[in-house]
Amino acid sequence: MLRKIRIVLAALFWVGVTALFLDFTGTLHAWLGWMAKVQFLPAVLALNLGVIVALVLLTLVCGRVYCSVICPMGVFQDIVSWIHGKGKKKNRYRFSYSPAKNWLRYSMLGILIIAIVAGIGSVVALLAPYSAYGRIVSNIFAPVYGWGNNLLALIDAHFDSYNFYTKEVWLRSLPTFIIALVTLVAVVILAWKNGRTYCNTICPVGTTLGLLSKFSLFGPVINESKCVNCGLCGKQCKAACIDTKNHKIDYSRCVDCMDCIESCKSKAISYSFRYGKKDSEPAPAKAEKAGAADAGRRAFMMGSAIALGTAAAKAQDMKVDGGLAAVTGKMIPERETHLVPAGATGLKHLAQHCTGCQLCVSVCPNNVLRPSTSLKNLMQPEMSYERGYCRPECTKCSEVCPAGAIVKITPEEKTSIQVGHAEVDLFLCIANNEGVNCGNCARHCPAGAIKMVKEEGSDVRIPSVNPERCIGCGACEYVCPARPLSAIHVEGHEVHRSI
Amino acid sequence: MDRRDFIKSAGAGAAAFGLAACTNNKSVTVDTKLGEMTYRTNPNSGDKTSLLGYGTMRWQMIKNADGKDVIDQDSVNELVDRAIEAGINYFDSSPVYLQGQSEQATGLALARHPRNSYFIATKLSNFSNWTKENSILMYKKSLENFQTDYLDYYLLHAVSGEAVFRQRFVDNGMMEYLMEERKAGRIRNLGFSFHGPASGFDEMMKYHEQYHWDFVQIQMNYSDWTHQTREAKAQYMYEELTKRGIPVVIMEPLLGGALAQVPDAIAKRFMEREPSRSIASWAFRFCGTHPNVLVTLSGMTYREHLEDNLKSFCPLVPLTEEELEFLESQASLMKEYPTISCTGCKYCMPCPYGIDIPTIFAHYNKCVNEGNVVDLENATPEQKEFRKARRAYLISYDRALEKVRQADHCVGCEECMSHCPQHIRIPRELQRIDRYVNNLKKTF
Repeated sequence: MLRKIRIVLAALFWVGVTALFLDFTGTLHAWLGWMAKVQFLPAVLALNLGVIVALVLLTLVCGRVYCSVICPMGVFQDIVSWIHGKGKKKNRYRFSYSPAKNWLRYSMLGILIIAIVAGIGSVVALLAPYSAYGRIVSNIFAPVYGWGNNLLALIDAHFDSYNFYTKEVWLRSLPTFIIALVTLVAVVILAWKNGRTYCNTICPVGTTLGLLSKFSLFGPVINESKCVNCGLCGKQCKAACIDTKNHKIDYSRCVDCMDCIESCKSKAISYSFRYGKKDSEPAPAKAEKAGAADAGRRAFMMGSAIALGTAAAKAQDMKVDGGLAAVTGKMIPERETHLVPAGATGLKHLAQHCTGCQLCVSVCPNNVLRPSTSLKNLMQPEMSYERGYCRPECTKCSEVCPAGAIVKITPEEKTSIQVGHAEVDLFLCIANNEGVNCGNCARHCPAGAIKMVKEEGSDVRIPSVNPERCIGCGACEYVCPARPLSAIHVEGHEVHRSI
Repeated sequence: MDRRDFIKSAGAGAAAFGLAACTNNKSVTVDTKLGEMTYRTNPNSGDKTSLLGYGTMRWQMIKNADGKDVIDQDSVNELVDRAIEAGINYFDSSPVYLQGQSEQATGLALARHPRNSYFIATKLSNFSNWTKENSILMYKKSLENFQTDYLDYYLLHAVSGEAVFRQRFVDNGMMEYLMEERKAGRIRNLGFSFHGPASGFDEMMKYHEQYHWDFVQIQMNYSDWTHQTREAKAQYMYEELTKRGIPVVIMEPLLGGALAQVPDAIAKRFMEREPSRSIASWAFRFCGTHPNVLVTLSGMTYREHLEDNLKSFCPLVPLTEEELEFLESQASLMKEYPTISCTGCKYCMPCPYGIDIPTIFAHYNKCVNEGNVVDLENATPEQKEFRKARRAYLISYDRALEKVRQADHCVGCEECMSHCPQHIRIPRELQRIDRYVNNLKKTF
């Protein structure tokens, strides 16, 4: 019974959290947004005390239920492991007890704490389980979902109905994609072979909760008088934490999945008060030599291969009608300071709070947000304007962030938050170079910060930016006709300010 | 005898000529049978031309192996064969149509038929280089493309008045050259196509004495008849030409399809009056009803267009006075809609900045006609209708156009403006649409 309840709840959470990352329309967040906000590490970084206290209490009372129900990465591993166990009995009973690898566990936790304190966001993002899962969904599952949606949109278009619309599917960051892929492969292999290895050796959240669950009030308890020493429970324990010979359970690794309770034919295991009649001290597990360290996951490459098409077709001897001029794709300009969304309040705040879960990236409707490729902020979001600009009325990313890295703002507030300012490069500007009466940047500036001005003695109007009014939305950069590099681009601000 | 009876008798008389009627279908009426094509006689040359002429600006395009747009020659051959079979004998082209491919493709299809079974009309489209050498080169190339040594109808392409006429045709000595060619019989009829204000038309009429225009091609349809505001009204031009005995060739009888895709509310009125006829057929019959019209050109891209038009002209059933008044009233109603008078001729293309101008306009007009363009000042975002229209507009906009080809990328260089025969202020309209889209996006 308890196992069934666990499975139902876990399924609900897992489907909900996964859907949050897949749903690019942003409608689910109103209903399920809390599922991301109750995740442990984001709650810690957001200093969301209510959630932290609740999770700590839950673990102290019930054990690591969090890992079995709430954590999408944990549930995902259970699913992989369950698929392997289906069918042949041999596979279902493939587990066996192994001592805890405390050395590895605690050093991983130590690294995380150091990274949080030092504000090295990339390391935090790499280790956080919820974020690692989010990355897998948004980089690997979401494109498949997007293509499926686009196929429906294509069919829909044939019937002239508007139920589905096409969603651009593009590679936002190659390093992040590679990391997500490597993580997925590693986690699947580990779960396929040994169940919850990742949770009990690498995951710092698992280790933290394990420290608490060691002393949990309730947990699976073996009744030695009923036990027939068949060892079935240990063979089915995906956390490899039941020492069947000594009738001991390592509660720091047990995720309270209740599988052992169901497996026991003589009903010798029950989920009950651990400090009842007999007081059994948890056996101090010997630290064994750490297993193979996590495979190197670094891969850094610039992912902006730009096909340099030909520029606008010039007049021929005979101008013929029709046809489309080739349009060169835009290139990401080199920004001295990163651009991060309004609500992040500044680079430092984002770096310190973001767990790199990609939820904001998945919901950005304007194709602006993408995971950073810089070493220090790897996988944390940053903005760029080749495919759209940060529309002033949109506050999606600030609504979904579970870690408080992007604080909730209103559209009104957003219109006065300066995340950066535009800079003109007259060398590239077609008004300046070709005398074209352009002004597209000024026409699209929602803040009225760009004016087309004439210099003394000149009869062409060139853009000039009033940095006091510019909010850094990037409309100018997006619509600038200069290609592949825009003649006007936005430089980020380290600390956002209200104007 | 009312019209239906007339059609019945006409249809029955020419049953052998028309399509085989499907006898086991109860709903089939004699209307689906075609009678004889209506012909008009050119008073100057005695040519017996079909009242429906084939415009070749809108052939089907396909992508070739290199991803380039090329004319689908197979479909051209099939359509030309069907047209000739049904009695169409007037084919109108230009060296610049369809990225310069129209003449050759049309020529290839026509060359499979005897040269005396059709009339070729094409144009001197010396827009970008009007030196005499280049203009003669263009003329010679047309003869080559049509695999012939004479052209039946030759037009000075898109003249708007004296200034343009003198610049492109008089000052460079081309008129003298063309008059010689006419004398030699290599140009059988010399005329011009006109897009411009009434004053410009008057100027061109003054030259009639000097050059003797054998025919003139004007934009005429029930909307431009009296409702044209910027350009010369069709009625005025038609009457001026008739007065001088110059036969009229009609272009844009449908305004680039605008008179086939009318606003829903107006479409209903047409359908109520003539449930079995297409809305487009009204526009064609309007043109044919005027006796001095020699040919009504239609750019029939698909077989269905051709068959539908054949129904209107095989034979033509002229509109009654009452029907003409009805059209006039519908034209006034249409003027109330904020559609853009783009005919999709693509003269403005390619835009050097990659904007797909005709598609943006066509999409906008479609949304206006379907009632999916809302008055943002009077609609509230909470209204259900507003939300539906907003969604429809934004989704179909992205479906119709790649992002980089949408109106927000128009820089306003105005390079397109001089090419537009409708004299649409393209950048201004594009920016108007862009503002509308932007306002829709703002109302989350």
